[in-house]
Amino acid sequence: MRFKRLWAIFNARNREFFRDRAAFGWNFLFPFLIILGFGVIFKGDYQSQFKVGLFPIPHDASVNSSKDFLPDSFATFKAISFVGFETRVQGMDKLKHHKIDLLIEAGTQPILYWVSDSSPSGAIAERLLKGALAPPETSNRFEKKDIQGLQVRYIDWLFPGVLGMNMMFSALYGVGWVVVRYRKNGVLKRLKATPLTAFEYLAAQLLSRIFLLMFTLVIVWVGCDLLLGFRVYGSLLNLFLVFLAGSTCMTSLGLVIASRGTSEEFTNGVLNFISWPMMFLSEVWFSIEGAPAWLQASAKIFPLTHLLKAARQVMNEGQGLWAVMPEITILYAMTLVFLLFGAALFSWNK
Amino acid sequence: MNMTDTVDPLIEVIDIQKHYQRLRAVDGVSLSIGRGSCFGLLGPNGAGKTTLIEIIEDIIDPTGGTILYKGASRAAQFRQEVGIMFQQTALLSFLTVAETLQTFSRLYDNTEPISHLIQLCHLEEVKGQLNDKISGGQKQRLLLALALLNRPELVFLDEPSTGLDPQARRNLWDIIKTVKSQGRTIVLTTHYMEEAEKLCDDIAIMDKGKVIARGEPQALIQIHCRRATLSVPKDQFPEKPDTLQGFINERGDRIQIRTENVNAVVGQLLSMGVDMRGVNVKTPTLEDVFLKLTGRSLRE
Repeated sequence: MRFKRLWAIFNARNREFFRDRAAFGWNFLFPFLIILGFGVIFKGDYQSQFKVGLFPIPHDASVNSSKDFLPDSFATFKAISFVGFETRVQGMDKLKHHKIDLLIEAGTQPILYWVSDSSPSGAIAERLLKGALAPPETSNRFEKKDIQGLQVRYIDWLFPGVLGMNMMFSALYGVGWVVVRYRKNGVLKRLKATPLTAFEYLAAQLLSRIFLLMFTLVIVWVGCDLLLGFRVYGSLLNLFLVFLAGSTCMTSLGLVIASRGTSEEFTNGVLNFISWPMMFLSEVWFSIEGAPAWLQASAKIFPLTHLLKAARQVMNEGQGLWAVMPEITILYAMTLVFLLFGAALFSWNK
Repeated sequence: MNMTDTVDPLIEVIDIQKHYQRLRAVDGVSLSIGRGSCFGLLGPNGAGKTTLIEIIEDIIDPTGGTILYKGASRAAQFRQEVGIMFQQTALLSFLTVAETLQTFSRLYDNTEPISHLIQLCHLEEVKGQLNDKISGGQKQRLLLALALLNRPELVFLDEPSTGLDPQARRNLWDIIKTVKSQGRTIVLTTHYMEEAEKLCDDIAIMDKGKVIARGEPQALIQIHCRRATLSVPKDQFPEKPDTLQGFINERGDRIQIRTENVNAVVGQLLSMGVDMRGVNVKTPTLEDVFLKLTGRSLRE
């Protein structure tokens, strides 16, 4: 192996990345916009989870002034937003199409309401309404206790997920798709005609992508932190090492995809097939706690699952490197497997 | 004729075959390429030229057969000593012409100074431009510069002037002639006869995966197409042409005389009082050789 050759390809790839202004900008802008968007959406403690329709509400009347007849605890609950309709027919149409969860006729006593039996949200909204109507003495059976210790905002929980997702897409498409395109248009054939070895080429691609991923990560992190002020309970260095392991692993997975093929369309399909389940099952957006055991077990085959688990342990729980060592070990073990597969399967022109 | 019989061969191709399922892209080709020669591989599209040349370049594997370089199997050093200009190549995006040359120069042990190559291939004006912003002719010259970067002993040029306008083609030929004058061995594939005639001193004609003729361009023409064609306006043609040394036939408003002895026929026509200003003489070309051997045009 000649380091000079590896360095030449490493530099060329980095130059391409930084000079492709559209892709370069998008790599930073995409995670930044997602984080910023969710930061704005979830800046409060509550979000409106349920939509309740009221009718008849005249066109020019406010729905808020028409809910006095409802129990106060229901009418002012922040998780519920109210929508007014002029007629019952309009409200029923929205209810049937699950646009609202519950429909109530204003000013009725007893309160008349409609709910769809097939709507889980509707069932919960109905329970909320019935609970609000229950006698006050029943509330004495409960006593609220506050969460002790660290309080994690949703945005703090989400942040590593979005960064990990961006890393995943950038690693898979930035290596997998790009190398297949190079194979198709003859760039790889041109390189094969030189003394450059497959190992040197793959190593340069791997190192270049890791460098670019970590560079992007730091820039996006600093930018988002300045605007939203993230709380990191663990060490930033440990977090960096966790993301480094994750980027290495996912870039190696990209090399497996890049190892063969000349069809960009087929490669795109394979990348979608891998990245979409990984995005949904690796807890980027939501936890799969409570999902069937087989689904939770399946999620462990994805590198992103281990990356996010370790990153959240450090960032949200303040864990040290030793605590996340199992995840880091798994990520590097996966890396080794992917590299061996990628190198064994690699072809310059097939 | 023995296809492998070349004095001081740099490359020896022995019974090379390449099969794609039922298609025999290269069907038992044997030939040798002399050191310092410019060897041309001619044939129509689909003849198997590119497949054969890529097998020699060690880019694709043959189904069978052997390639010898300097009398032995090609080792790792082969890539250090050959320069290749492929028929269709994209270049690394977002790099300038000079950066592309620098990047590739770092892949070799022994390289030509980049400034020399830029000068040789007339890339001075575009050296700072991105690869995807240069013209087709400039791109071909850049690809040629890349092929010459490592001071190669053996240069492969696969259809180097395809798609270029006549001026750009002639510019490229001038550069190739300079490379040839430096004593390097050149292997050139083309379906332009003019290109082969101007640049090559040894030619093999391929069709349907086989080499069907081999030799120097003029020798091939002499062997396969000895007759030139003189075309005389019908109204000037002598009334009694019986003594003319050739085959005569009528084509529209002209009479054609096909002959092996052009000088004699011209002398006869002059003595018969024919005004030579209206007479056209067409000497045979490699195109005629190919047409005679295969019944098809080279560009079909």
